[in-house]
Amino acid sequence: MMQSAGCRTLRLVQLPCATLRATRRARSTRSVSTRALQNSRRPLSNSVSRSFSTQPSRCYAASKEVKFTVDNYPNVKRDARFSQLTREDVDHFKGILSSPSSVVYAEDDASELEGFNTDWVRKYRGKSQLVLKPKTVEEVSEILKYCSKRNLAVVPQGGNTGLVGGSVPVFDEIVVSLSSMNSIRSFDEVSGVLVCDAGVILESADSYLRERNHIFPLDLGAKGSCHVGGNVSTNAGGLRLLRYGSLHGTVLGVEAVLPDGTILNDLQTLRKNNTGFDLKQVFIGSEGTIGIITGISILCPRRSNAVHTAYFGLTSFSQVKKAFIKAKRDLGEILSAFELMDGLTQDLYHTATKKPYPLDSRYPFHILIETSGSNADHDMAKLEAFLEQVMGEEIVADGTLAQDKSQAEELWKWREGLPEACAHWGGTYKYDVSVPLNEFYTLVEDCRKRFEEAGLVGGTTNESKPVVGVVGWGHMGDSNLHLNVPVRWYDKQVEKLLEPWVYEWIQKRKGSISAEHGLGFAKRDYVQYSRDATALEIMRRVKKTFDPQGIMNPYKYIPMDA
Amino acid sequence: MTSLRILVPIKRAIDYAVRPRVNAAQTAVETAGVRHSMNPFDEISVEEAVLLREKHSPKTVEDIVAVSIGPPKTVEALRTAMAIGCDRSVHVEIPEKADMLEPLQAAKILKQVVDREKPNLIIMGKQSIDDDFSQTGQMLAGLLGWGQAYGASEISVDGDTLTVKREVEGGTDVVKGKLPMVVMADLRLNTPRFATLPNIMKAKKKKIDKLKLEDFKERAENRLKTLKVAEPPTRQGGGKVENVDGLISKLKELGAL
Repeated sequence: MMQSAGCRTLRLVQLPCATLRATRRARSTRSVSTRALQNSRRPLSNSVSRSFSTQPSRCYAASKEVKFTVDNYPNVKRDARFSQLTREDVDHFKGILSSPSSVVYAEDDASELEGFNTDWVRKYRGKSQLVLKPKTVEEVSEILKYCSKRNLAVVPQGGNTGLVGGSVPVFDEIVVSLSSMNSIRSFDEVSGVLVCDAGVILESADSYLRERNHIFPLDLGAKGSCHVGGNVSTNAGGLRLLRYGSLHGTVLGVEAVLPDGTILNDLQTLRKNNTGFDLKQVFIGSEGTIGIITGISILCPRRSNAVHTAYFGLTSFSQVKKAFIKAKRDLGEILSAFELMDGLTQDLYHTATKKPYPLDSRYPFHILIETSGSNADHDMAKLEAFLEQVMGEEIVADGTLAQDKSQAEELWKWREGLPEACAHWGGTYKYDVSVPLNEFYTLVEDCRKRFEEAGLVGGTTNESKPVVGVVGWGHMGDSNLHLNVPVRWYDKQVEKLLEPWVYEWIQKRKGSISAEHGLGFAKRDYVQYSRDATALEIMRRVKKTFDPQGIMNPYKYIPMDA
Repeated sequence: MTSLRILVPIKRAIDYAVRPRVNAAQTAVETAGVRHSMNPFDEISVEEAVLLREKHSPKTVEDIVAVSIGPPKTVEALRTAMAIGCDRSVHVEIPEKADMLEPLQAAKILKQVVDREKPNLIIMGKQSIDDDFSQTGQMLAGLLGWGQAYGASEISVDGDTLTVKREVEGGTDVVKGKLPMVVMADLRLNTPRFATLPNIMKAKKKKIDKLKLEDFKERAENRLKTLKVAEPPTRQGGGKVENVDGLISKLKELGAL
């Protein structure tokens, strides 16, 4: 297969059918295989074009070295109470972990540590010398018992797809990766309760459930890499929160290891259980600051066998609001996603991927609607009534309805591929905020004006300016906006224009400065814009109760000194 | 320029993105409650017919007719074809539970549809992804006595001559032929468009002629008997070895060294 060009052509000629077959057999990586088909349709010269998979790829800015967090934020100082890691510590860990491959130490293999030290946004980079990959909850317990005894700081890490720098070390904290704890423990087809390890990849859990006609009640762009344990400990929101609700409702129990090594086995599988404090709730969204979640139990709904996806172009935000009201009215119980993308996001995606636009003309706003129900005929009737209304009343200017599953997946990419498209030019300043729907898009407009007045916007072509553009998209159904400022390089001037301006803007409207991404390192010092002093004081007490030494994910989440 | 009257035979099949399952009785693939859509190769054929209309001066393509043989829900696929740009369609309806037609049967019926609709160009998928026969187009060309081009990756029309690039083992084969002709589309011919909402709405009003199997005089019988349908064996997961020595001993154990 490797000698001549002729052979290459041969392989390509055979590819289409082989791909189709392979696609039909192995559906575990759904968008990857769709891509394969799409690619095989393209001429050879295009076959090297960038393709987006569900795996967050680091290829875009891989050539640029990520600066150490400590160099970017010199006022953050290493907490002197923590011990320095020694060779003896490493030997001890090698002793308590069953597999030699569970210990990755800088002096043995420095290159493998890079991926654990650098975050997905390529904005934060720690200097950890040690990564531990325990295989059982007992091993996690042994690790933490030792760390608290030695006062060694720890960062729990899942798929490392977080967007606020919460999953990478700031200094030399030990990374405890849950990637080797990745088994499904049980699934009850009657109740729909899934119990699994924290390190199971979201997409794997969902594929497992798909085989059993169920669905994981959470879906997000990073599903190919993120871990369900990470999802729970950051209380991830995602694309279908509108339909299935927050993890605070769907998670039934957690198994977690406290900083002193205590194993909290609260892996309930009951839907109702009013017996004392609901401890799991403290862990959901605690971002690894009070312990390490090692297992979860979660209530999974039945998978809808009829799913329809539609994509629209609209001329103004007031039309978007009208479409949202109509969708809630006409599609109510089957509506499973209502996503907003502004015009510029679609242009960026188009430029980054070179894919043809789904619609002929350009519009300032696009929405993506998904319905999920049990009866395709009923759903289609509802959807058609809705379409006729919004077209007839000219609420939407143009649109398309996916005719098959691959078209639906293709349309979803114009929403799910946006974080990667924004990273295409180098990096992105990201704000994930909750804003009342009335002023949902005003934040983007105000922000855009600010940057244009400062003369920092260069569009996709002017390489002398740091800012590519100011864009917004989000889960309109949940009043959750993602304000993004894609840049060619991270720039203090840009930062000064954004912060604290964005947070003040949000505070004035009683919104949230972090709707679903969490606080991590990025937002620790801004949490007071959304929570008052009393609430913060009580949070500090909770933290101290679980983690008196403060070794769990330090320098993040909330400021520990009032 | 000769005006083109294009017939596009299409088939409704299990959506290619759905993983098919064998029914409990192991007699067929489970189709109830499973998402169906137009066979991907046929979608490409429909797109190509519409592209030919768009590429050439108006009126060059006089008529684009989609035809499908299948159970009542096949209408959905025909509506999709008309939303992409077919002018009207013909539905040869077979009962919901009836067996799928084998290629010769389908080709004989399609031939009579051709006699009725009088197209001079047939563009169809090179195969359908459910039964994978990849024979209907060739049989149809044979029955009609027309020229044929299989596996088209590019089609160009000049007067009454058609030039078709075909993907073959080892490279590309370019064939020329005179109308009337049957062209069977391969995956790389084009990327089907998204049907726009206004066109989806318009497609609802386009005409579908309904025919029944009994309306066709020349018929063939299915000749194949399905004994059993089974899933392919599940792939055994790979294992990890600790080091090079482990790898070598594993290879020896498997008899690869």
